[in-house]
Order: sequence, then structure tokens, then C-alpha cells
Amino acid sequence: MELFSAKNVSKSFVNHKALGNVSISVPEKSIYGLLGPNGAGKTTLLRIINQITAPDTGELFFKGRRLNPGDIHRIGYMPEERGLYKKMKVGEQALYFGRLKGLDKKTAMKRLKYWFEKFEIQSWWDKKVEELSKGMQQKVQFIITILHEPEMLIFDEPFSGFDPINTNLLKNEVTALRDRGATIIFSTHNMSSVEELCDHITLIDNSRVIINGEINSIRQKFKLDIYRVGFQGEAEKLNDLLSSNYQVLNLTSTPGGHTARIKLHNKSTDNVLLNMLLPHFHITSFTEEIPGMNDIFIDLVNKQKGPGNQ
Amino acid sequence: MHNKISLIISREFFTRIRKKSFIIMTILGPLLFAAVIIGPTWFATMEDREVRVIGVIDSSRLFIGKIPETEYLKFEYLESITVDQIRERFPETRYYAVLYIAHIITSSPSAVQLMSDRAPSLNVRMHIANALEKELERQKLAAYDIDNLDEILAAVQTSVNIRTIVWQDDGGEVESHSELAMIVGYIGGFLIYIFIFLFGAQVMRGVIEEKSSRVVEILVSSVRPFQLMMGKIVGIGLVGLTQFLLWVILSFTLITIAQQVFFQDLGTPSSENIVMEDMFSSSRLQPSQPIENEGKEIYREIFSSISAINFGVMLGAFLFYFLGGYLLYASLFASIGSAADSETDTQQFMLPVTIPLILSIIVMTNAIMNPDGPIAFWFSVVPLTSPIIMMARIPFGVPFWEVALSAVLLIGSFVFTTWLAGKIYRTGILMYGKKVNYIELWKWLRY
Repeated sequence: MELFSAKNVSKSFVNHKALGNVSISVPEKSIYGLLGPNGAGKTTLLRIINQITAPDTGELFFKGRRLNPGDIHRIGYMPEERGLYKKMKVGEQALYFGRLKGLDKKTAMKRLKYWFEKFEIQSWWDKKVEELSKGMQQKVQFIITILHEPEMLIFDEPFSGFDPINTNLLKNEVTALRDRGATIIFSTHNMSSVEELCDHITLIDNSRVIINGEINSIRQKFKLDIYRVGFQGEAEKLNDLLSSNYQVLNLTSTPGGHTARIKLHNKSTDNVLLNMLLPHFHITSFTEEIPGMNDIFIDLVNKQKGPGNQ
Repeated sequence: MHNKISLIISREFFTRIRKKSFIIMTILGPLLFAAVIIGPTWFATMEDREVRVIGVIDSSRLFIGKIPETEYLKFEYLESITVDQIRERFPETRYYAVLYIAHIITSSPSAVQLMSDRAPSLNVRMHIANALEKELERQKLAAYDIDNLDEILAAVQTSVNIRTIVWQDDGGEVESHSELAMIVGYIGGFLIYIFIFLFGAQVMRGVIEEKSSRVVEILVSSVRPFQLMMGKIVGIGLVGLTQFLLWVILSFTLITIAQQVFFQDLGTPSSENIVMEDMFSSSRLQPSQPIENEGKEIYREIFSSISAINFGVMLGAFLFYFLGGYLLYASLFASIGSAADSETDTQQFMLPVTIPLILSIIVMTNAIMNPDGPIAFWFSVVPLTSPIIMMARIPFGVPFWEVALSAVLLIGSFVFTTWLAGKIYRTGILMYGKKVNYIELWKWLRY
């Protein structure tokens, strides 16, 4: 079921177009990745979803009805540029932001206590924010974002500035939040985290949606019919055996055996290939190469640039 | 929604009044104010605590034993010694000064000389000059050989006080104290000027702080930019009011205590009584009144006329014009802050906002000298200058319709500037790394 969608959203600033006819559809209880190079318009879209800026045209829907100002309490937002009052004490500040999101003082205190214990940061309560390191501030910021237990969470580049340990902690929390029923949108350049976490993605470049959908089907769509075959036997025979529909891209040999990357042409199938190889070699592995999001990302963004440059 | 504004207001308010600088200013303000009022008298009395002996060489022999002494000022009349002789051993004598009176008293500057190794105080000089004049007058009059001279002199002693009465439209009369009105008007106008600058700049700095620390993006995902701006303006305005009210209370307490400590023996007769005494009493000649009492006399007068000011009206006017002026300027300061990334970026926009304020201070002197003139009228009606100029005019009494006109215009224009500033603000706070100029601001207004 769909929790949130944007239909044909456009936004222009004085000197440039930030978004042109962008549509996204975020399924309920999913982790939705918003990808795109710097300046693609991701942050503008996130600001529009948060009702910080209004779109020039287009419509936004939340739970099947139009998004309205009251929905602000159902959304949590962690901007890319983290912001906290430097001179204010951590606990006092977290309480303030929680109450601004509509929590009453008692509930906010109770939840803060829970999260501070969970992250083992109780001792920071009376410290000023400026006394904390950047990573510590990020943790506080994360708690502030999720404190009001919103149905939809929006993270803009959540992993930037975190060390690997804290990145892991954050990833686990994000997944846990999803498992408890929250829907999460995050924008990032970090493709490994996308593959690890996201169910759906949208790639935005140059203010337009390039591709969107379920991450697995996108990767399937972009696969190049290349198979990686591990085998033992006389490697020299490989080229003679295969018809012109199968092209050996490269062959690497180790004392333990050989690995060949073979590209399939003209809709030939992996089963036929396997049948051709089986009588002659001892096959140790046979896998299809599925392109990583990183490759797809670079590929698509470069393709976008191509026509523009000519 | 209302709840959110009040949350913002209370954060702005409490984080500021808990600052050390606020507490220090709150205590220091009234102390400075009290020091300005009480200091001079206090120092004067301090000085006189030391007993000073003055050696007198009276060649004319007219004044021996005639110069009145006070508790702290004594005279020793020296025989058969010259000025040169005493000069040689001046430190041994421990005299404060040596008074030399020539054979024949004339108005020539060297007829009477006060000599010392330091400059003698003004009080001592005045006391001696006064005493010598009085004694000479007495001796000259005595030469006329008039009967009952003392009684006649006492009877002619007169002092004239001018009361200024303002006829009201309703037929009533109000007594005005012009000098005091000038002082009060000046202080009132100046306080408003300081407060607008001080707290307007705080609004601007607060906006820049939120913008540069990027807190603003989190805030506007919870509240509308306009609420955020208004919350900040109101919160800081309340800080200003609190500071002012604390100043008033502390100042009054301090002055009351000071009155009790320094002037308790005099009490404070009402101004009416003083006037009555001056008009009808004919026996105020007190030739040997100690010097320090003259000082007290002046201060008693000041205290009594201070109590003649209508503080209710002054306070009400101050609160209204402070709030009106503050709201008018604070929203402008907020929009300047929103257009800048740091305080150095604000210069170009500050100028047009500060010009009317500085102009007000310049015009204020004129308005106080001539509170009913055309300059005073126009500047106290035009909203950008009215908070200061009208405040300066109020102690002199201003026709009701002028106050009403200026109040309505002030309210109208702060609603307008707040609306205008809100439009600039909501675009500005999310705009980073861009040099903003006036053309850019104009575009933001039309978003």
C-alpha cells in the first residue's frame, strides 16, 4: 500500500529549475532511497515533502489524501546539514524539539530517557552541544528526529559524518524502525547502503526522475547477461567449445581453477551455456553478474550527460 | 499551533534571561542610574568629612573671628606673621590653606588670596567668599546706622520661584516642571533608542545564529517560518520588558534607600509646601547655614519634583512606544538577519534601518527645546521616528489626538513591516552561500 506520493511536482528558483515534473510513490513500511548526484534536486524534493517550501505545481498525497500542514507531526526530518543550538544543553534541547513536534513534556521526557539509555549517552544530558564531537551531535540529532515516533521518516544523507561503528548502529536502528511500521525515505550517495537497506529507489538527475522502482527489478533490468563461471579443466578448450553467441570477456587462472566471465548474446540462455560446459569441465560455481547500484548510477548519470553535451 | 509559538517564546525568553550578561546588565543598570543621581552629593559629603584648618592672615583686621566655621572647616587667625614666613614652614603647620586678606578690601583680585600647596576645593572658596561678602555688606550697612537693621534685612529677604501652569482643555490646570520634563523626556527617548537597538540587534543575531547553525531547517519542519520569527521577536521583546521593569523597580528601591540614608533628617515635604514657604515666609535668612545643607536643599527639590511627575502616564507611554518601536524595527532586523550568512553581511542592509533611529536622536534635542513645533509634531507622528520623539514630547503634555494618530500609525506600520519581513524571512532563512542584494530581496517579496 502506498503511504506517500508526489505527482508531477515542479519547482523553480530565480535562476534555475530544481525539479521538473517529478513523481514518486513510496510504499508503506518500506525503505525508499532517493538517489542522485549533487545538485540534482533531492534536498528540494525533501523540503517540499516536509512542507518547508511549496512546489510551484504538482500535488502531494499522504495516506491517500492530500498532504496537509497537520501531517507535520507524522513526519520526522533529519536535514543533511545537521543543526542544533550550540549553547543549549543536550537534554533541554531534545525536549524542546520533541515538544515542537507536538509531544507533551511528560511523554517526551519518557522517550528521551529510553533513547539516551539505549545509546548510552545519559551523561550528555547536561552538556552543551558545542562540547560534543560531530558524531555525538549526529546521535542526538537522530534521537530528535525519531522522538515523536512519526509514521514517515526522512533522512537527508544520514550516514555522512558517521564512523563505521555508528553507521552500523544507525543502519540497524533504521531497519528496526521500518520493522516497527515506519516508512523511511532517505537520500544518499552511498550506494552500498542503498543496496543494503532500500526496497525501492528513485534516481533523480538534473531535476528529473531517471528511473524508479523496486531495487531488485532495477538491477535485473540493468543486468548485462554476463555470467561468472568457475571451473577446473583445460581452459584453452573454452573458446573452441562455445558458439558465437557466447563471448568470453576475460579469463583468470589460479592454481585452484579458472574463472571466466562470459557474455550471452542473442537471447541465448544460461541453461544452454551450462549444458555446453558440463561435459568438458568440472564446474565449481556459476553465477550471474548483477550490476551494483553504483554501476547503474554512474552509467545512468553519464548517459544523461551524453546527449546534453552533443 | 498557539502552543508552538509559546514554546518558542519561552525558549527565547528563558535562554536569554539565564545568561550572565543579562543578570549583570540588570544589576548594573540601576546602580549606574543611582550613581549618577546620588554620586555627586555623596562625594561632596565625603570630602567634607575631613577637618580642614585654614590659617587666616587678616591685615585689615575686619574679619577676625567673623568667618563662620562648620563641623569640617575651621579657621585659625594668625598674628604677626607674614605670608612668606608661613610659606617656608607650610607643611609643618598642617593647614589646608592660608587665607590672606589685604589692608584695604577692594575688588582687586589680589586683595584676598587663598594659598595652598594644592588647589583648594570650590566649596571652601565659595564658603569664604560668601562669608567675606556677607560680613562686608553687614559692616557697610552698619555704617548707615539704621535702627532695627536685622529685622529689616530679614523682612526684605525674598526668593522667587516660578511655577508654570498649563491650562487644560477641560478647564483644569496642571503644574508643569519644564526642566524636569526635559530631563525625563530625554531619558525616555534615549532609553527607547537604546532598547530598540539593543534588542533589535539581538533578534538579528538570533536569526543569523539559527541560520548559520542550520537549526532553522529543523525548526521549519516543525513550525511555520512566520511563527518562528514572531516567537523570536516576542520572546526577546519580553526580555527587554523584563529588564526594563527590573531596572525601574531596582532604581526606585535604590533611590528610596539612598533618600533614607543620606537625607532622612530633611524628610520630603511636598512641592506644594515648599512653594508656600517660599512665597510667604519672610524669615529665611540663614547666614551661617553649613555648606553641605545647600547641596541637600537642591536634592530635596529634585526628589520632590520627581514625585510631581505622572509616572503612570510616563510608564504607560514608555511601554507602548517601546513595544511599538521594537516590533516595528525587530521584524526589519529579523529580515536582515535572514538575508545574511554572517553578521558582516548585514552592513549594507543595516544602514537604511539605522538612519531613522539616528535621525530621531538628532531631532530629539530640537523636539525637547520646542515640543510643540512642527518638527517635533511631524517626527512624532511618522512611525519610524515616533517612538523616540513622541516619548521625548510626552512629559511636556501632548494633545490627545496627536498621540492617538501617532499610535495608530505606529500599530499600522508594524503590522505592515512584520508582514513584509515575514516574506523576506521565509525565503532568506533557507538561502545559503548567496550574496544577497536589494534586487534579490525584491524578488523574494514576490514569491
